[in-house]
Amino acid sequence: MKRKKPIRVLLAKPGLDGHDVGAKIVARALLEAGCEVIYTGLRKTPEQIARSTCDEDVDVLGLSILSGSHIPICQTLKPLLEKLGLGDILWIVGGNIPKGDRDALATLGVDAVFPVGTPTQSIVGFIHEKLS
Amino acid sequence: MSHEQKTDLPPVFNESGIEIKPVYTSGDIENSGGPDDIGSPGKFPFTRGIHTHMYRKRPWTMRQYAGFGTPEETNERFAYLIANGQTGLNVAFDLPTQVGLDSDDPAARGEVGRVGMAVDTLRDCEIAFQGIDLDKITVSLTVNGSAAILIAMYFAMAEERGYDITRLRGTAQNDILKEFVGRGTWIFPVEPSIKLVGDTILFCAEHAPLYSPVSVCGYHIRESGANPVQEMAYAFCIARAYIDHVLKRGLDIDDFASRLSFNFDIHGNLFEQVAKFRAGRRLWAKILKEEYRTENPRSRWLRMIAGGGGGGLTVEQPENNIVRGAYYALISALSGTQTMALCSYDEAYTIPSEKAARISLRTMQILIEEMGLCDTVDPLAGSYYVETLTNQMEDRIRAVMAEVDAEGGIVEAIAQGRIQNAVSKQAYEKLRKLERGEIRKVGVNCYRVEEREEEQQVEFHPFKEEACADQIRRLERTRAERDKAEVESALARVLADAKDGRNVMPGMIDAVKAYATVGELTRCLVEAYGRYDEPVRL
Repeated sequence: MKRKKPIRVLLAKPGLDGHDVGAKIVARALLEAGCEVIYTGLRKTPEQIARSTCDEDVDVLGLSILSGSHIPICQTLKPLLEKLGLGDILWIVGGNIPKGDRDALATLGVDAVFPVGTPTQSIVGFIHEKLS
Repeated sequence: MSHEQKTDLPPVFNESGIEIKPVYTSGDIENSGGPDDIGSPGKFPFTRGIHTHMYRKRPWTMRQYAGFGTPEETNERFAYLIANGQTGLNVAFDLPTQVGLDSDDPAARGEVGRVGMAVDTLRDCEIAFQGIDLDKITVSLTVNGSAAILIAMYFAMAEERGYDITRLRGTAQNDILKEFVGRGTWIFPVEPSIKLVGDTILFCAEHAPLYSPVSVCGYHIRESGANPVQEMAYAFCIARAYIDHVLKRGLDIDDFASRLSFNFDIHGNLFEQVAKFRAGRRLWAKILKEEYRTENPRSRWLRMIAGGGGGGLTVEQPENNIVRGAYYALISALSGTQTMALCSYDEAYTIPSEKAARISLRTMQILIEEMGLCDTVDPLAGSYYVETLTNQMEDRIRAVMAEVDAEGGIVEAIAQGRIQNAVSKQAYEKLRKLERGEIRKVGVNCYRVEEREEEQQVEFHPFKEEACADQIRRLERTRAERDKAEVESALARVLADAKDGRNVMPGMIDAVKAYATVGELTRCLVEAYGRYDEPVRL
């Protein structure tokens, strides 16, 4: 079944990490693949991200984190998303994520982790597969 | 081009877009601008190096990036590196410190001590540098948004320990304009951010003339997607923006130009990098002589730190990064750098472990002790290829600078997000080429090994959760013990100075001596200057 509306993705940079090369690359790859992309820019709080996810009515929430603080950030974000009824949104996380942390992120409700080095097409493919 | 040899070889271009010939001759040097500018080391235009005898007299300074957790832990790592032969320090601060937050700020949650050391007050600075002779070991502070505060703390700490700051050496990164392009630790809007950098330059020119208050970074612009020519061009444009700002405030060019330094990136084609540095050194000297009419030859020196290039490292087969790091160090030595900070092989994963930091240090020491890199100056000089490429790179850097000027200058371009947009587009195009196999990267799109437990080959630097609690406890203790009235009046002065456009540095130094915190001082400056509103463009 083909979707009528394009997939909407919110790409967010939570925490204080200023490395945005990866987030912008993923944003461009998703735009090229026909998605609508809202990129938040740097240093968004979990509250701001949860609010934008709701207000922008997106199908996918993507976080890019390279500072190593992905677990505390996702821990804070999870209840905020749930409170807004977004507990089952397609939630992906990319960046500098050690393998050992992936189970912990999955437990928090993250649907997929795309560490540094992931081909952009894997991310595009994953989103399309999940939402088609 | 009748004298050119005809071949059916496919054309080759370097990353800066220059076509590379299969064979170079003396004719190429002449056709690309002549051999006139090669000159001698230590003499204008310094193509071959800023000193006459370069490493023969003294090898480059070895300054590995280090810092994590609490000041105590960082002090231990500093001692370890110095014991292993390191000759300078390059301090990593955690993100809360870099964006002006105290460790107990809710926005700092999960980030305290993670990518660098946490600093809240002068007390932390005192601990971090305990036992280190600041005359022998020069310290570089990798901080930008909150640089004025950290410079003030460093000076206060040095004075407290009896050093005369008029003779104190050291460097602060303090290049805020590039933070808007890459790295992202901005706090204030663009104009007041430049004014703050100006404050530090003016203060140092008067009170700490041997200190280098700014290290202009091409590095992070390159890491964000710029090619080597753009890296140099944008860095030079940014350096000129700072120079023009302080000239307007009445400083004489020769009173501070010799204290400006640069931080550049190394990854990619070896010869392109070497030519980039030789060309950059020559062009910078010409700009400072011709455009700014400097009289002191030292004002024309391009002093630099180079050796890193995290963007060249790979998460795949991480041991290959040890080899890449060794080539980057070689390039850096062949390019006549003053200081090396080599990227460690685990950089694609984490902040350097003790082992990774030691390997980087040994890599440089092997070049110095075994490979003969210090025996003679600029050993690639006279190479048909390198000299031709140096001439071509100089022309291209100049051309990109002219483009930036023609479009309204670098400050406008950054404030509007144009540079950011251009380099991020290039980063994407480069990645697509990599994914299509048009650019080859060993272990990534060729010579891959089947997914093994690669990560387990990298020993992770352990993050101690309790470091944050320790840091917050000390902050609370310091806050409780300080003289409240003294802090309040010092903060009021900083706020007034900032609002009235005076130099904030003298008041800042008094405030840190009263143990005002990074967060308190940043809030004063935000009250006066406002906050940066990032132009988000894709």
